[in-house]
Amino acid sequence: MILIRSIIRPFVLGSVIFLIFSFGNKAKAQDGKALFSQNCASCHAIDKKLTGPALKGVEDRWGGDRKKLHDWIHNSQAYLKTGDSYAVNLFNENNKIPMNAFPSLSDKDIDAILDYVKDWKPATPAAAAGSAAPVQEGDNTLLFGILTLILAVIAFILLQVNSNLRKLSDSKEGIVSAEPIPFWKNRTYIAFVVIVLFLVGGYYTTKGAIGLGRNKDYQPTQPIYYSHKVHAGTNQINCLYCHGGAQDSKQASIPSLNVCMNCHAAINEYKGEKIYNEEGEEVNGTDQIKKLYEYAGFTPGEPWDPAKAKPIEWVKIHNLPDHVYFNHSQHIKAGKVQCQTCHGDITKMDEVKQFADLSMGWCINCHRTTQVQFKENGFYSIYEKYHEDLKNGKIDSTKGITVESIGGTECQKCHY
Amino acid sequence: MSDNKYWQSFGELNNSEAYQQASKDEFREELPFEADTKGFLQAITPRRDFLKYLGFSTAAAAVAASCEVPVRKAIPFTNKPEDIIPGVSDYYATTYVQDGDAVSVLAKVRDGRPIKIEGNDLSPLTSGGTSARVQASVLDLYDTARLRFPSINGKEATFDAIDKAVTEELAALKKPVVFLTTTITSPSTKAIIGEVMAKYPGTKQVVYDAVSYSGILLANKASYGKAIIPSYRFDNAKIIVSLNADFLGTWLSPIEFAKQYAKGKKINEKKPEMTKHFHFESVASLTGSNADERYLHRPSEAGSVALGLLNGLNGQSVSISDATLKKQVEKVAKELLAHKGEALVVSGSNDVNVQIIVNAINELLQSNGKTIDWATTYNTRQGIDGDFAALVNDMNAGNIGALLIYGANPAYSWFNSKKFIDGLKKVETTISFNPKADETTQLCKYSIPDHHYLESWGDTEAKTGYFSFLQPTIAPLFKTRQWQDSLLKWSGSTQDYLTYFKSYWSAKVGGENGWNKALQDGVVNPTATPAITTTTFNSSIVASAVSAISNLKKGGKLELQLYEKVAIGAGQQASNPWLQELPDPVTRATWDNYVIVSPSLAKTLLNIDLSDNGQADAYEVQPAKKVVKVTVNGKSVSLPALIIPGTHPDTIGIAIGYGCTDKMGKAVIGTGKNVFPFVDGSGNTINYFVTDVTAELTDDLYKVALTQTHGSYDTKQGKRTEVMKELALVQFKEEPNEIREDREKELKPYGGLENFEKEGTIYPYFDKPGIHWGMSVDLNTCTGCAACVVACHAENNVPVVGKPEVMRFHDMHWLRIDRYYSGDASNPKVVFQPMMCQHCDNAPCENVCPVAATNHSSEGLNQMTYNRCIGTRYCANNCPYKVRRFNWADYTGSDSFPDNQVGIVNDVVMDMNDDLTRMVLNPDVTVRSRGVIEKCSFCVQRLQEGKLKAKKESRPLEDSDIKTACQQACPTDAIVFGNVNSKHSAISITRAENPLRTFYSLEQLHVLPNVNYLAKVRNLDTEEKDEWLKGDKKEEKKIEAVEKSS
Repeated sequence: MILIRSIIRPFVLGSVIFLIFSFGNKAKAQDGKALFSQNCASCHAIDKKLTGPALKGVEDRWGGDRKKLHDWIHNSQAYLKTGDSYAVNLFNENNKIPMNAFPSLSDKDIDAILDYVKDWKPATPAAAAGSAAPVQEGDNTLLFGILTLILAVIAFILLQVNSNLRKLSDSKEGIVSAEPIPFWKNRTYIAFVVIVLFLVGGYYTTKGAIGLGRNKDYQPTQPIYYSHKVHAGTNQINCLYCHGGAQDSKQASIPSLNVCMNCHAAINEYKGEKIYNEEGEEVNGTDQIKKLYEYAGFTPGEPWDPAKAKPIEWVKIHNLPDHVYFNHSQHIKAGKVQCQTCHGDITKMDEVKQFADLSMGWCINCHRTTQVQFKENGFYSIYEKYHEDLKNGKIDSTKGITVESIGGTECQKCHY
Repeated sequence: MSDNKYWQSFGELNNSEAYQQASKDEFREELPFEADTKGFLQAITPRRDFLKYLGFSTAAAAVAASCEVPVRKAIPFTNKPEDIIPGVSDYYATTYVQDGDAVSVLAKVRDGRPIKIEGNDLSPLTSGGTSARVQASVLDLYDTARLRFPSINGKEATFDAIDKAVTEELAALKKPVVFLTTTITSPSTKAIIGEVMAKYPGTKQVVYDAVSYSGILLANKASYGKAIIPSYRFDNAKIIVSLNADFLGTWLSPIEFAKQYAKGKKINEKKPEMTKHFHFESVASLTGSNADERYLHRPSEAGSVALGLLNGLNGQSVSISDATLKKQVEKVAKELLAHKGEALVVSGSNDVNVQIIVNAINELLQSNGKTIDWATTYNTRQGIDGDFAALVNDMNAGNIGALLIYGANPAYSWFNSKKFIDGLKKVETTISFNPKADETTQLCKYSIPDHHYLESWGDTEAKTGYFSFLQPTIAPLFKTRQWQDSLLKWSGSTQDYLTYFKSYWSAKVGGENGWNKALQDGVVNPTATPAITTTTFNSSIVASAVSAISNLKKGGKLELQLYEKVAIGAGQQASNPWLQELPDPVTRATWDNYVIVSPSLAKTLLNIDLSDNGQADAYEVQPAKKVVKVTVNGKSVSLPALIIPGTHPDTIGIAIGYGCTDKMGKAVIGTGKNVFPFVDGSGNTINYFVTDVTAELTDDLYKVALTQTHGSYDTKQGKRTEVMKELALVQFKEEPNEIREDREKELKPYGGLENFEKEGTIYPYFDKPGIHWGMSVDLNTCTGCAACVVACHAENNVPVVGKPEVMRFHDMHWLRIDRYYSGDASNPKVVFQPMMCQHCDNAPCENVCPVAATNHSSEGLNQMTYNRCIGTRYCANNCPYKVRRFNWADYTGSDSFPDNQVGIVNDVVMDMNDDLTRMVLNPDVTVRSRGVIEKCSFCVQRLQEGKLKAKKESRPLEDSDIKTACQQACPTDAIVFGNVNSKHSAISITRAENPLRTFYSLEQLHVLPNVNYLAKVRNLDTEEKDEWLKGDKKEEKKIEAVEKSS
């Protein structure tokens, strides 16, 4: 017993330390990843050249001097003036396209990005295989249906047998029974069948009526096979880079062609993993980029003239009824809700499909359970009573102040 | 507090049967049920009908269910401009230009189309105020009747073809070219006209104003040596005397004047002082209705009233034959004398001599340099009638080679339009830049429609030194061109107007940055407000003016006053359905003009004795009014007659601006008649009154859509003092606590003022955490101008229903302005009370909704959920304020079945559903379909937007985040809105600073409204107060008599 205890103590201690350590590491790397995709990914990849050079081994190339890198990233144009030969060469090599200045990134942020780049490993096929191929759950509905039918037939036969036997015994005992009524004329049977049909029909009618206008899993064919998996998943491009409206406006807005051309003026072929469409056919990424060029009126190698562009007519997937007011920026900026909460795991979708049914019940349920940024957002400072109740425990702090508790399920929050 | 009886209609004054019946009825019209005593189920075909409906609904549901969901496209920009975010509104400063008027505004542009006009706070002239016409102007942009292409002799032509033809014709001309324009205040346009004049020597410009201000211009030329109109400073005056000048509604610069006027009417409860306003007029006007004391005279007596005032001020005897009027003039003269240097007399007369007398009065009162400012003067009216009359003569003599017409439409608005039309036919080259096929444009060879102001570049200088700029807020909708561009082309310049305009201003405002700032602000103002200056007065001309006035001929038995309506004016925007459907503040009528008669004239002319209940009811209940034929100099017009108290017994009034050509738009068809031919053009200047007319009753009847009685309801005391409160200034000084004490007394049994909310009910008390919205309306500064009503229309997609529907009580205004009379029934005092949903915290409408479509929000909003409403209308029935509106038909075209419109709504409403017109709709507000109730939402879309802005910036809400549409539009800041839970909000401060005047309408019902009003205080002295209350005693006796007899 004592032995066990003595073993357990260092073990527990050790594992706690290990956990803290590993979590700390992970948090750092995660920050780096997020910062990378927010700030760098539109021009840099780690293992290939985009607008800017591939970042793998960047520290070594700079001679391991992070100070230099900090200055460069904060303001590359200012750093060029120091005359650092490596920097000047780099600038010339990259067609003298100046790198954006990032004065808002702290040294710590930049270190996190560099750590992420250093620790980055290309995704191995093994890992991909591990996560794929989920066990197919069998659909038992058919089986249950057949069983029910068989049982019903047996019950019917047994009932018939029963009545025949009774009739026999009755006639044996000399009781005159009424003329037997065939079962298709039997009122009990007819009533029973009618009720069953009514219930089943009613169920499906109601279900159908509720589902009217709802389009969960709607996945129309788009004019260009645009893969979110490639852009947001593999290349880690921040959602807001293209859908900037989501933080400013009621509409997330589909990116305009000039946003596409920011990157695709340089990226003109697809060399990533193979893409398969819903039918399992392979999609040629490079062809899709060519389609984009057709819309944009762009010839690789020549400067792009936006005046030649034709708009792309995308098919709208998420359609709300006209009497619903929905504001993206309210959720993204004020509510700090992740895009994926409503749009699903977009980083794994090639062609996007509607993830949520966008029904009112779905909205309301989320409003009932989601907490607002009650302490963080200065707007809510006027709810003095709630703040007090939170402090003295009158309001359950784990449940917190939900959207509902500040009136987020009232009609005129969405209907006006 | 005045214990007067307040009344909205004659039926209410007399407590007639029809009124009693109407105030009890649930709906103001016959319901479409057959009068059947057997009950619904025993009626002729209810069961079969029921089965039919059931079958149809099931089939419809099945069809709808099997329909494919439509595929919708989302088409992004190809190259998105950096500062445009789809779904976010931008505001661009521009300027509303209509004839000479120029009002600095902000256009709210959503996804590339302007949808709302707001005032520009940076303009010192309007300080963010607007008028009904300014608010409605955005709809004119999307008017389907606008000319869509340039034309030669009515056939479409290209600009190049026109340019070529015009330059050739102009070059070949032997006779002079004339610009016939409305007043132009744009400095750059004037410069361009100058260039054209240089290119074609002998060219001149004639300015024509549809409503002439020649009288005042010429009088000022005679008195002060300059034909300009000075600034009036109503805010510096302690006593204002208006001689028939409707300065709060239509005269000169009403938005600016209303703002100044309101300053003098704002009351500090600790030191109650306010401006005193006397008003002389012949026909009830908006300004007269706001006056503390209104005196009536015949139009022909306007001169003698002015002269009487002058004589009174000089200590001479006043010679007016009418004894009452004489006494009144003497009294006003006495008051004026006591306030030298802080008095202002203005006159709406277009008679030079009258205006010279008024100048002499102001000189005597030392107004120049104090309440009249000569440092900044108006440029908005420059037309001289004599010049235009001379042009018409020249045209008829065949002396004019080319006429370039911009804005002016004399073929409609000149009293002798036939002579103008004849002359126009003799002009070789006629070019019209007017945006619509008006009477004049139809007769012109070339039509080159100008842009709407929201599509234009430009500048204005309404007052010297105060510039306001125009910039396009949308790409031109049609093949139109700015007229300055045409002029530049024809003058041989290679510049387009934008380049010209920019180079004209860049140097003046400090280069590119200054130019950008000027466009962003929309205004360039003098660096320091110029000090008020005076000017020398030439007194020698007064004597001749006096003798001219003394020799004026006396009026006949009946006189006619022509006047402008607040919404329609001289008819420039008459085709605007919002303005046509706006109830006139004074008459509460929509969609028509009519003959206004006084109650006593009604007795003799119309055979309607309003003190007779049966006759009053017959007049008021039926929309059909008796038609009167008015004849002047052989020309006659037949119009329906409305009885409006506050009108002189020997005068009738008719509004100008109606009856223009059908080509102006669907809204003008069948609405009213043109009375410009009645204008008296016999003198130097035209006069808008006729001293001798005949009016005879015809057998015809004509239906007028009057809204006055639509929202009426019974109140227990029968005096309406629980709805609105008014008191005289002397009373307020003597007993400042009266209103508060009255409220306290009334609520005593239910907990008194303090605990009324909790103790006056059996319902539980609900906490109000966070935000609680509240509104305050100051009845003292509200002038009833109705800018808020139109603003509400535009902001909330309130539908236009058309005249037949208004007559059926189906008008949809979310905000109405109730008109209350009190005192002497022939010349009553008037109170305007804006009435909208009161957002009651204990709302009676909410309790009766069977589907909870209307319920209460934690922020104190009475919410209306259209998609849940099934249209039982129980809520409308239970609303004590009658502010809920029901969509009786598909006014907005939002239903899937066209049958909900055909045959129900008229052409105007169908026109509002045109794809072009629908561009004005606010995309943040649901367009309501048939069968649902709607009402004021406190502009909830603006509240949500303001809150979101604060949340995004992580800070508490501020007053500046949110302004409701009505509050934004108000030129007098009578409406205050905000969060009552915050002690620092404007609404809390207003309520705290005015505890003595604050009241809630129908407070005793314990509906707990979130809208409070501040009682109207009328500046009456003791004598006037007694007079006011005396008029009322008579009415009380009458009521008693009625009660006894019944």
